[in-house]
Amino acid sequence: MSTAHSLGLHESFNETQAAGVLAEVPYLLEVEGVRKEFPGVLALDNVQLRIRPGTVHALMGENGAGKSTLMKIIAGVYTPDTGEVRLKGQPLKMSGPLDALNAGIAMIHQELNLMPFMTIAENIWIRREPMKGVGFMNFVDHREMRRMTEHLFRRLNIDLDPEDEVRNLTVANRQIVEIAKAVSFDSDVLIMDEPTSALTDREVDHLFAIIADLKAHGVGIVYITHKMDEVFAISDDVSIFRDGKYIATHNAKDIDRDTLIHEMVGRELTDLFPKETVPIGEELLSVENLSLEGVFSDVSFELRKGEILGIAGLVGAGRTNVAETLFGVTPATSGEIRIDGKPIVIDSPHTAMHAGLALLTEDRKDTGCFLVLSVLENMEMAVLRDRYVTAGFVAQSSLNAECEKLKDLLRVKTPNLDERIENLSGGNQQKALIARWLLTKPRILILDEPTRGIDVGAKSEIHRLISKLAGEGLAVIMISSEMPEILGMSDRILVMHDGHITGILDRSEADQVKIMQLASG
Amino acid sequence: MSNSVQTQAQQAPGTIAVAERKWGRKLPVEASIFFILIGIAVLFELAGWIVKGDTFLFNYQRLIIIILQVSVIGLLAIGVTQVIITGGIDLSSGSVLALSAMVAASFAQTSDYARAVYPALTDMPMIVPLLAGVIVGGLAGLVNGSLIAFTGIPPFIATLGMMVAARGLARAYTGGQPISLLSEQFTAIGSGYTPVIIFLVAAVIFHIALRYTRYGKFTYAIGANPQAARVSGINVGRHLIYVYTIAGLLAGLGGVVTAARAQSGQAGMGVMYELDAIAATVIGGTSLAGGIGRIGGTVIGIIIIGVMTSGFTFLGVDAYYQDIVKGIIIVAAVSADMYRARKRRKA
Repeated sequence: MSTAHSLGLHESFNETQAAGVLAEVPYLLEVEGVRKEFPGVLALDNVQLRIRPGTVHALMGENGAGKSTLMKIIAGVYTPDTGEVRLKGQPLKMSGPLDALNAGIAMIHQELNLMPFMTIAENIWIRREPMKGVGFMNFVDHREMRRMTEHLFRRLNIDLDPEDEVRNLTVANRQIVEIAKAVSFDSDVLIMDEPTSALTDREVDHLFAIIADLKAHGVGIVYITHKMDEVFAISDDVSIFRDGKYIATHNAKDIDRDTLIHEMVGRELTDLFPKETVPIGEELLSVENLSLEGVFSDVSFELRKGEILGIAGLVGAGRTNVAETLFGVTPATSGEIRIDGKPIVIDSPHTAMHAGLALLTEDRKDTGCFLVLSVLENMEMAVLRDRYVTAGFVAQSSLNAECEKLKDLLRVKTPNLDERIENLSGGNQQKALIARWLLTKPRILILDEPTRGIDVGAKSEIHRLISKLAGEGLAVIMISSEMPEILGMSDRILVMHDGHITGILDRSEADQVKIMQLASG
Repeated sequence: MSNSVQTQAQQAPGTIAVAERKWGRKLPVEASIFFILIGIAVLFELAGWIVKGDTFLFNYQRLIIIILQVSVIGLLAIGVTQVIITGGIDLSSGSVLALSAMVAASFAQTSDYARAVYPALTDMPMIVPLLAGVIVGGLAGLVNGSLIAFTGIPPFIATLGMMVAARGLARAYTGGQPISLLSEQFTAIGSGYTPVIIFLVAAVIFHIALRYTRYGKFTYAIGANPQAARVSGINVGRHLIYVYTIAGLLAGLGGVVTAARAQSGQAGMGVMYELDAIAATVIGGTSLAGGIGRIGGTVIGIIIIGVMTSGFTFLGVDAYYQDIVKGIIIVAAVSADMYRARKRRKA
């Protein structure tokens, strides 16, 4: 895009477009019949979406509903298996994000994509830097770049110094830079994925002002958020996705909060695993006002033998943080933990293991599996700290025997235990990791998204296993973003929002709507 | 060879495929590197006949010298292998070797010498300079490990700093003067086959440690995934300190052997040894990304370097060309490692 294009001429072009072309093309962006499948999971099933020009179109749905996947398709990161994306009536054939940008679609991702050691100006104009010079003597025109940034900031009413390095900015200001960068493309469609996650109220108002300005110029804005208030504050249309399917589109004026929630979760719960009634024993773990400064606060609950406590909430609610604090990965800053009635300070994973806790982490690839090591080595790693070792030497044969037993018990599909764990399917990797923790003979098992990214067969096996373990007297904490799973497995459900507990529901009174309401704040 | 087994597997999947897998697994990783060693040796043998009209390998003296020359680098490499398995790197081994050599030599002087470093501490039993050198190395390793574990400084930077500082300390120790006239008791450590024996014993000890002890398992775990290691209850910081200290101890031992062999302590000893040690480790199949590596492979890597150095000298090739070829082989070894890793992921 040339400098002139991004500065002024495009704006007038947009106005012309808004005046004349609008009448011909009712929709700025159209998605039709899009289907996207990944190994083992159907992310999008024949979805559609229509964005009118000069409107804010909110996109809502649970974690895993398919929103991000569809946005990535529109932004050129993925290609759909079938279906079509049309911009101003013309079908788009994109092979990468650059094609989308050139076509007039810009996206603000949830994760910030800025380079900390470069200036704001350099970050915004990367790949489009104004140049001066000729031939191979072509240099970046820093003065012009600064001027362009100042012009952009004046237009958006942003008060930042273009020469400031990004690493010196607060997270909120970095998000503003991301927004400015996306706006600078003067695209026809602007996708915003959770743009206000790091912003204060004042900055949110500022963003809304920018959005209003963009709307007036005919830009179509797709706005992904979990925040109900925002949806009703600025959106014109609201579309709901659920389990990879398009559900409905409503005019924001014609819908209320409860209906929205109902449509987001209203599915038939046919896959519920019939829960076995299991005798629930005495209190094993008690947590009181547990807080991790800046992350979550005043988390209190009890856990009894044989009980399965589900923890529900949206992404960012702080559930994984609570799990990691309980297990000593990020020790608490205040609050009390009691096991068997005795207070205990958990300052490291080893202390937690000693106290009888075990943690299956959220992301097995990132913090769970030793990918280059064998299944056996993955299984044995946690128990080695305390058992199966004499004078430093590992009692390998007895360990091997135990691991084989567990492999059979959990039905881990692998030709043998020496196989590299990265060659196993996700479900079997997860089972191997569960075996790792079972070897330590824990009394309290914390599972963070135990069946995420796992095929249906392995999922139900793991559910059966969890129930069985509870039946044997283990206390289980299960964090999950899947409604059927939480409702099917839990005796009680703890719901978190924004670092607080918003409610604890008993199994008998819980349903999807109540959970979603509590999870939304 | 592997091709034919593969086609068989395609023709009759099931039992043959299983057999190939079992057989492929029984063959240790070192097998491929061993064949490379044989290949290189054969190449030099052929070149020897063409250029010199004489045998290269079938000369007992030469074979002994090959292994002797690389015994010291081998000691360093055993330590470096463990460090690299944890996902780190140690650039300081050569300098720590020099420092240890100086310290050891200073405690090994005979009273014949008029100007001993420590006039009151001459004619010490061999154990004193031996321990002094090894402990100095261990202390350097301890500093490396502590810096890396507690301050989060990248291993590259921390050991680079030690590399420079230790060399400086070695020079400052006697203001650059070499330390000579060492006791026979001490220099016996560096005579005959003793260095080779020391190297092989160390290799066996740490091979066993890496394969059969908890220390070994944790070392691989940290390299494979430090966060997962932490969640599994491993005290990652403490373990890294152990690993770097061991590398330092081995560098210290290398310094002791070097001083004994040269019958003197000089601040310029061991220059660039760390690079040879790292090269041998990588050629031997240890992955710079961490989590993969075996002492056996490193030993073969050491021998490959020895064969190459000796081979080039035998053929009368300039030292500079040796370095060029060494560089090429290191890049080839790392590329082979990455190719193998990609293949395994697809399997």
